[in-house]
Amino acid sequence: MNKTLFLILLCMSPFFIHAQTFSISGNVNEAETGLPLPGVNIIVKNTTNGVVTDFDGNYTINNVSAGEVLVFSYLGFVSQEITATNQNTINVTLQPDNQALQEIVVIGYGTQQRKDVTGSVSLVSNETIEELRPIKLEQALQGTAAGVNVAASSGAPGAGININIRGIASNSVNGPLVIIDGYQGELGNINPNDVESISVLKDAQAAIYGIAGANGVVLITTKTGKKDTAPTVAVDTYVGLQQTSRKIPLLNATEYALLLNESYANNGQPLPYPSVEGLGQGTDFQDAIFDTAPIISHNVTLSGGSEKVTYSIGGSHLDQEGIVGSEKSDFTRNTARFNLGVDISDKFKLSANTIYTNISRRSINENGLGSVLFNALNMAPTFAIDQEDLNGTLGNEVINPLSQIRDTYNDYNLNQFNGSGSLVYKPIESLSITSRLGYRLALGKGKGFFAINNYGSGKVFNRDRSSVNQNRINDNSYTYDLFANYEETFAEMHHITGTAGMTIINDWGDGLYATGYDVPNNSWDFADISLTTGTNDGINNSSYKYDIRKLSFFGRLQYDYKGKYFVSGMLRRDMSTRFSQDNRVGYFPSGTAGWILSEERFMEDSQLISFLKIRGSYGILGNDEAGGAQFYRSLLDGEATYVLDGKLINGTALGSLANPDAGWEESEKINLGVDLRMFNSRLEITADIFREDRNDLLVSGIPVSGIFGVGAPGSGAPTINAGTTRNEGVEFAINYKETISDDFKFSVAYNATFLNNEVTKVNGTEFLPGGQFGVGQPAPARFQEGFPIGYFFGYKTDGLFQSQAEADNAPSQSALGATASAGDIKYVDVNGDGVIDPLDRTNIGDPIPDVLMGLNLSFEYKNFDFVTYVNASLGNDMVRNYERSQPNVNRHAYILDRWTGPGTSNEVPRLTTGATANVAFSDYYVEDASYARIQNIQLGYTLPEQVMTKIGVNKLRVYAAVNNAYTFTKYRGFDPAATTGDAIGGGIDYGFYPIPRIFMAGLNLNF
Amino acid sequence: MKMNKTLFKSFLALAVLFISYGCTEDYLEKTEEYNISSDNYFNSEEEYYNALIGAYDILQSTYVNVLLGEIASDNTLSGGESANDVIGFQQVDEMTHSPINDNLDDVWDWNFAGVQRANFILEFKDKTDFEGKDRIIAEARFLRAYFNFELVKWFGPIPLKVDERFFLGDEKTVPRSPVSDVYAQIESDLAFAADNLDWTAPQVGRVTKGAALSLLGKAYLYQEKWDQAAVALEQVINSGVYHLYGTQGEENFEFLWEIFAENNAEVVFAVQYTGEEGAGFDCLQCSEGNVAVGFQGIRAYSGPLFDSGYSFNVPTQEAYDMFSSDDLRRDVSILDIEAWADETGATYGEGYKHTGYFNRKYLPRNNVNEGDRNLTEPNNYKSIRYADVLLMAAEALNRGGISDERAKMYLNEVRDRAGLSEITFSGINLTDAILEERRLELIGEGHRFFDLVRTGKAEEEIDGFTANKNELFPIPLEEIEFSEGNWEQNPGY
Repeated sequence: MNKTLFLILLCMSPFFIHAQTFSISGNVNEAETGLPLPGVNIIVKNTTNGVVTDFDGNYTINNVSAGEVLVFSYLGFVSQEITATNQNTINVTLQPDNQALQEIVVIGYGTQQRKDVTGSVSLVSNETIEELRPIKLEQALQGTAAGVNVAASSGAPGAGININIRGIASNSVNGPLVIIDGYQGELGNINPNDVESISVLKDAQAAIYGIAGANGVVLITTKTGKKDTAPTVAVDTYVGLQQTSRKIPLLNATEYALLLNESYANNGQPLPYPSVEGLGQGTDFQDAIFDTAPIISHNVTLSGGSEKVTYSIGGSHLDQEGIVGSEKSDFTRNTARFNLGVDISDKFKLSANTIYTNISRRSINENGLGSVLFNALNMAPTFAIDQEDLNGTLGNEVINPLSQIRDTYNDYNLNQFNGSGSLVYKPIESLSITSRLGYRLALGKGKGFFAINNYGSGKVFNRDRSSVNQNRINDNSYTYDLFANYEETFAEMHHITGTAGMTIINDWGDGLYATGYDVPNNSWDFADISLTTGTNDGINNSSYKYDIRKLSFFGRLQYDYKGKYFVSGMLRRDMSTRFSQDNRVGYFPSGTAGWILSEERFMEDSQLISFLKIRGSYGILGNDEAGGAQFYRSLLDGEATYVLDGKLINGTALGSLANPDAGWEESEKINLGVDLRMFNSRLEITADIFREDRNDLLVSGIPVSGIFGVGAPGSGAPTINAGTTRNEGVEFAINYKETISDDFKFSVAYNATFLNNEVTKVNGTEFLPGGQFGVGQPAPARFQEGFPIGYFFGYKTDGLFQSQAEADNAPSQSALGATASAGDIKYVDVNGDGVIDPLDRTNIGDPIPDVLMGLNLSFEYKNFDFVTYVNASLGNDMVRNYERSQPNVNRHAYILDRWTGPGTSNEVPRLTTGATANVAFSDYYVEDASYARIQNIQLGYTLPEQVMTKIGVNKLRVYAAVNNAYTFTKYRGFDPAATTGDAIGGGIDYGFYPIPRIFMAGLNLNF
Repeated sequence: MKMNKTLFKSFLALAVLFISYGCTEDYLEKTEEYNISSDNYFNSEEEYYNALIGAYDILQSTYVNVLLGEIASDNTLSGGESANDVIGFQQVDEMTHSPINDNLDDVWDWNFAGVQRANFILEFKDKTDFEGKDRIIAEARFLRAYFNFELVKWFGPIPLKVDERFFLGDEKTVPRSPVSDVYAQIESDLAFAADNLDWTAPQVGRVTKGAALSLLGKAYLYQEKWDQAAVALEQVINSGVYHLYGTQGEENFEFLWEIFAENNAEVVFAVQYTGEEGAGFDCLQCSEGNVAVGFQGIRAYSGPLFDSGYSFNVPTQEAYDMFSSDDLRRDVSILDIEAWADETGATYGEGYKHTGYFNRKYLPRNNVNEGDRNLTEPNNYKSIRYADVLLMAAEALNRGGISDERAKMYLNEVRDRAGLSEITFSGINLTDAILEERRLELIGEGHRFFDLVRTGKAEEEIDGFTANKNELFPIPLEEIEFSEGNWEQNPGY
């Protein structure tokens, strides 16, 4: 309607309306808190007569006739209709809209009401994020979204976190596509407090993201202001103390010396400790490296809005020190953010947001041979706390972990801007055209300093010259979308939504690395290339560049009949420069369907069932992220350095073997699901059964014949479409909410995912090896047809030989390095050929969990609230690889139960310095790493309203919480939940940095 | 009317879509300039030279051929820390190696990488012309022959492709060429190299005419083509370019193996190393240092002259005892660690199969080198020494029945430097003397195993050696699998 016309009508209205009209005033408040609600719309139904409540929730509406209906509405609350009689006061209490079905779900290039969604989507709201207090956003998905597995590679501050949706399907990149407010982004650097909601698209519905959607899509919506609300400041702050969640029981000095004597004696060698007197407990190197470390987090958000403008501005600061070597490892994140929405006119809406992130991180050497924790476990307790292994008795890698921390100097810093701007044009009510540009600009710089040091004879960490490495890495991307949404209902029953558009994505960047030598004063303070000499003539620097571009077109049509029957179809055409020109174009179709049974007449009146929907989806998605930017081309980025005239000379050489025929991975997903709500929606059940076949798996570094020169420095195996995997499973989530009384409410949420993973085909080779075990041993993990991805391949054991006679009569084990003696591991002759040799290796476990579970309990009693989150993983195995196979290192305390004579042990073999086959990779080293972890316990108290009013705040809540309170597991290592994230070779434990247990206290303040 | 306007705008939007489609197809093409690829290279002399450096680079990874070749022989034992330390080395020492052996796989992979990089240059040899191109092509062909020679010594018949790289799929179609074909290619490459190279190289470390002729002579010798071997090798001897170190000027034989005497007049061809760049275990072939040197260093050593290492490749008592006490080479070649410790107060540790002896020629010397210091020792590997050339010539002349006189002359030149008396006998006795001299002169340098094999003496000299099997090493299992039946395993494995 024309504005002028509206004004005229408004002005004229008093003339038409008779004198029996009257005014009504009152107050609107919020049911949960009793707080006044500003900005509530009050309108006389079927008229244009309306007002809005003021900041105190008060309103006055004139010209109301008896019998007219007042509608009170406010976003997020259930609207109320009250018929005016002739009272002059109507006070209203609005109930929050618990009918989560009204929830708007972001589904990619559009939104949908949750009840209409026909794909499989998990939602995590900002309330969950607030409760969990994740340090990194990924942690908010752990145990809260069915089908999503979140595993940290380390408990170190700022360490990367791996996310898999419905299992690992690829052996290259398994993380989901992350879309932040419409553009392709990074999950790892977001401040969790800036996030309004997370949608996880798990099935073929993600096909709207085509070539990048196969691993699932995580859609992040950041916080915006609300229209017609007063400026509100929200402060969330906490301080905490972190400690290690686990220490590994080790031998003390006396036990160590006794057992060392035993192992030497068993090999007929002289005793290293003829007397163990006075050795006592010795040094506990684990105690020495673990610290209690602080963590501090502050978040401030100012948000609000007027009729035309919404705004939200925020800032945050996080400072976390590491629990190992806290003086050398930490993570600091500062962010600043703004979000602005402007209705330029009825037809044009503009929104813009930008997030600035600054991250600093220092880290210690971890999860490898010779890492700090590895050394803390292997350093003999007979050494003094400041003593070096000068004679090299502990092998080449094991050095004093405290010296290692002392001599660790590095620094990483990231500055990142990301954000988006969009303009929505609505020429008519049913059509909107969106033009949106999202961007990310990130500049990282790193520095590492290596001082001149001598840790003892032959140690790999010894250095004659000091050096400093520096790097600058510049990553940029933009995503430009142009799309139109058309939504219309015809004849009140045919509801159609059509979407069509295009996307351009460009990722580009470069990196520069350089090294300088002879740092002045052998000191970190002078560690900069500008001060170094770099005495050799060869260049000690390198660089790379990349530029990946994608161009996509897509369309989607959604149709429903009377809100009961739903179908949708979508198609995306993608072109990606990751592939050669001939293999660049791909089409990704999918379709979904749903039926809301509860809308049917036969169920309409059911008291029990408030909502019931069955749905299904099928489609093809892609994954192009493997093997570098342009693995189809034969690039000259190999290493070519030789010494001529006594100087280093650089040339050029072939890089990784090219594969011009490569295409993307194709994922075929099928999903059937049911959404059920019962007892007035107090009970909510979602169940899905799914299957994914990942075809033409892009396998980078696929082993190929050595004749191609892939063993050369800087070369590498090609990326090949070489396999097929299948993931199938069932997931379900149950939520139950109950309000017992005004004072007591509780809710329970539980989800579980049952997953079965199998490689169904490997082309060109029988298997792909991966991972590392011990030193010089064959790769322990494999990717092979008929087995789970990355299953462990080694010898099966059958206890220990209890007598020499038993060992002599058993199949010979000498092919494994030594003939067996009593007390050695007895291997199973799997192929029955009478000898134990590499052909007897078999499947001895896999790192993929069979079941993932999450449980969330929350209670509210009067002003107290309590919440706890638990997650569990069952059936995942882990390889114990933090024990250096070397005669003189310290050992895990389980070794006290070793075999010392017939019947003494059937698990832990005898100790000897002699050659044995016991070090071969076998199920002796594979442990069940199933666990259940209490991820978060939190108790909060909100100040009573009277008090808050007095001190002038809207909300003040104090809370105490424990993160990672306890982990139930039989696993002997530091952290059963950790993984390197590698598809092949994940779950191999060099001494994973344990996740910290954090005790925190904080407050939420709104005013 | 209003609706029409909207429609018009919608069409406009669609039009924008199509226009941007047109533009953006181009937009995808712009990324390709970012990297040079193999197809747009070789446009200048510099680019040929750069690619040649890439082929030379692979020579450094042949440290494994030397180390493992010596361990395979009767000169040394595996050593290391324990029976499980580098199992591949241990198995070769025991002659229990199988097709599953990481270190033999390295020999295969790295030498083929050298062939591939040389063939990369030769594939484009006609693309751009410039003065001096023949020299670069000659060097590339020398390097191809060098790597192929190693491969044929270790594995026998090998897949062969000439002036073209191997491409994916070739493993299933290119057969293993008979040994004679491989040698024919080696001969042709080296003959070309000898014809197109000078006696002196433009840079120290690059191939010379002498190197090409010496390697050609060696290839003939391995095929028992005595005449041709003698011709090639005597060309080197008669050139007057080389002499035995310690026989002229200020030279002192005692220092032949010291760093300051690198690239002296006895060195016909050496793999060049430096300690100026760091290296790690994750990529041993990437090291610019001689990895074998750190591996055979004295375990936990602390004392003068040497640096510590991993105590692999330790000489046997029998090898030590073979030297007469007045043979100057004994104490230059083998370090008696107990005597040395007594003399200098040095301390050391005992590793697996400790014999009390170390391969002194290639022990790490006290020096400044980058970390991991065990992997970046700068000792060059003297691949072809003039002493070797003299002994090979002597062998060809004697065994070919060409001239025992000249054979004796060359043999005695070597013996003379070692402080030993002249040998006067001829015929088969002279053959034995020449072969024994080879062992003494070349101990610790990786030649012995292959000398024993080609002279048919391996079975009697090497414990655990199985005739008609261990003459060749097994093709790595995965290679057999990759070839899908195209390549057969060597006999006996």
